[in-house]
Amino acid sequence: MKKTIITVVGKDTVGIIAKVCNYLADNQVNIEDISQTIVQGYFNMIIVADISESPKSNAEMAKELEKVGEEIGVVIRCQHEDIFNMMHRI
Amino acid sequence: MINLFEVKETNEMITKENLDVRTITLGISLMDCIDSNLDKVNRKIYDKITTMARNLVATGEEIEAEYGVPIVNKRISVTPIALVGGSACKTPEDFVTIAETLDRAAKEVGVNFLGGYSALVSKGMTKADELLIRSIPQAMARTERVCSSINLGSTKTGINMDAVKLMGEIIKATAEATRENSCMGCAKLVVFCNAPDDNPFMAGAFHGVTEADAIINVGVSGPGVVKCALEKVRGADFEVLCETIKKTAFKITRVGQLVAQEASRRMGVPFGIIDLSLAPTPAIGDSVAEILEEIGLESAGAPGTTAALAMLNDQVKKGGVMASSYVGGLSGAFIPVSEDQGMIDAVNEGALTLEKLEAMTCVCSVGLDMIAIPGDTKASTISGIIADEMAIGMVNQKTTAVRLIPVIGKGVGDTVEFGGLLGYAPVMPVNGFSCEAFVNRKGRIPAPIHSFKN
Repeated sequence: MKKTIITVVGKDTVGIIAKVCNYLADNQVNIEDISQTIVQGYFNMIIVADISESPKSNAEMAKELEKVGEEIGVVIRCQHEDIFNMMHRI
Repeated sequence: MINLFEVKETNEMITKENLDVRTITLGISLMDCIDSNLDKVNRKIYDKITTMARNLVATGEEIEAEYGVPIVNKRISVTPIALVGGSACKTPEDFVTIAETLDRAAKEVGVNFLGGYSALVSKGMTKADELLIRSIPQAMARTERVCSSINLGSTKTGINMDAVKLMGEIIKATAEATRENSCMGCAKLVVFCNAPDDNPFMAGAFHGVTEADAIINVGVSGPGVVKCALEKVRGADFEVLCETIKKTAFKITRVGQLVAQEASRRMGVPFGIIDLSLAPTPAIGDSVAEILEEIGLESAGAPGTTAALAMLNDQVKKGGVMASSYVGGLSGAFIPVSEDQGMIDAVNEGALTLEKLEAMTCVCSVGLDMIAIPGDTKASTISGIIADEMAIGMVNQKTTAVRLIPVIGKGVGDTVEFGGLLGYAPVMPVNGFSCEAFVNRKGRIPAPIHSFKN
């Protein structure tokens, strides 16, 4: 199964992970890996997720997560893993 | 597993360095639309394009959303219309009706440009070719999205100087016909030597007769990404410089390959080629001229520009070729003036002249592109400029092109605004000495000696 990579970047604030994970849980998305750091007050998180059980498509989810990001003042991108595989793996 | 650093790098290229896929171009053969009845030809063309390209824009948008990479343009190229309309069209006006049909079809499916209002006359012109060429001014004036291209020469055939002379006149007439609209018609009209059959970029895209019924070609971009990568190796030697360009070009092209494969799969249309071009836009930080500056020139046009560009172009190809199974089209760095803020600045500062641009076209794709010249430039002078550029292509066995805009009513020092991706351009001076007697000779320039390879 192809994975989806969700990235969250923005000013650190309370409840970012909660908000994103709630959305994913509500949409039957299974989280397989999370890594998160704070660099100079900026929140950086990458989630590797399996969306095969979700009723929503990757593209729909990308649009909705963008809105979720706007609500909490961070930028959320939701991309099919192949864009990274193609660019960084031969 | 993909790591944090790699994900960040890709996303920074997209969000900060203007990485995008410049165009998905669907090539459609119109050979099966040929008919001796003009109404039937028009109906068949409209039906075929609107059927084949029905999902093009939606598919592009879907891929864009899923992979998070912008796909700026979705476009269509068709079989050169001189071939398709040849049997039905008896006057230039007849050809204009086909241009209008193409425009309607383009609007119906939502593409921003449709290329292929073209004729291939590198050796001679048929009656239909000539009618189509003579219809260009009206066709460009009466349509919004149709692009026209004429192949005037090739390494194998030489240069059709009768057609070169005619195109000088047609370019001026097209400027006149669209003078109320910044002479926009000329921005959609390009002449070629060695025109490729599978170019996805406008204004020169057409679906060559060697192609299948339909094909997906993709043009990648990313001057901003190359520039940002070079900022990190400032002052390093040429080996490091070249390595950096190659690696970056590889990454950019891989994105294009992914998008092309996906578009091909989702639309059920075979994948044709990736065009490895560095295509600038007027946006700040998306400029080929800025790469040249980063390489070490005060401004594009300074001594060293041709060498720097030759190296850049070669490294882009070397990096890109490994990233894609099929590379084609124009594949090289584009150096349009109006579409590149760094080029515009170089012209305004007096660093870049038409003659230097001509030299630059010897080592990169594609040619004298989007250059505004005074509106009172003689048609024969435009033909002379075209002939020079065609000669460079013919002798060097490469594609060259000319897209000049004689801006009616404006002179050197003025500026013309095209808007959008076409940008704006300062009117550049042209050498005023006459070439009329040269251009007025009849016939063609023979193919060069090194074209006889059999």
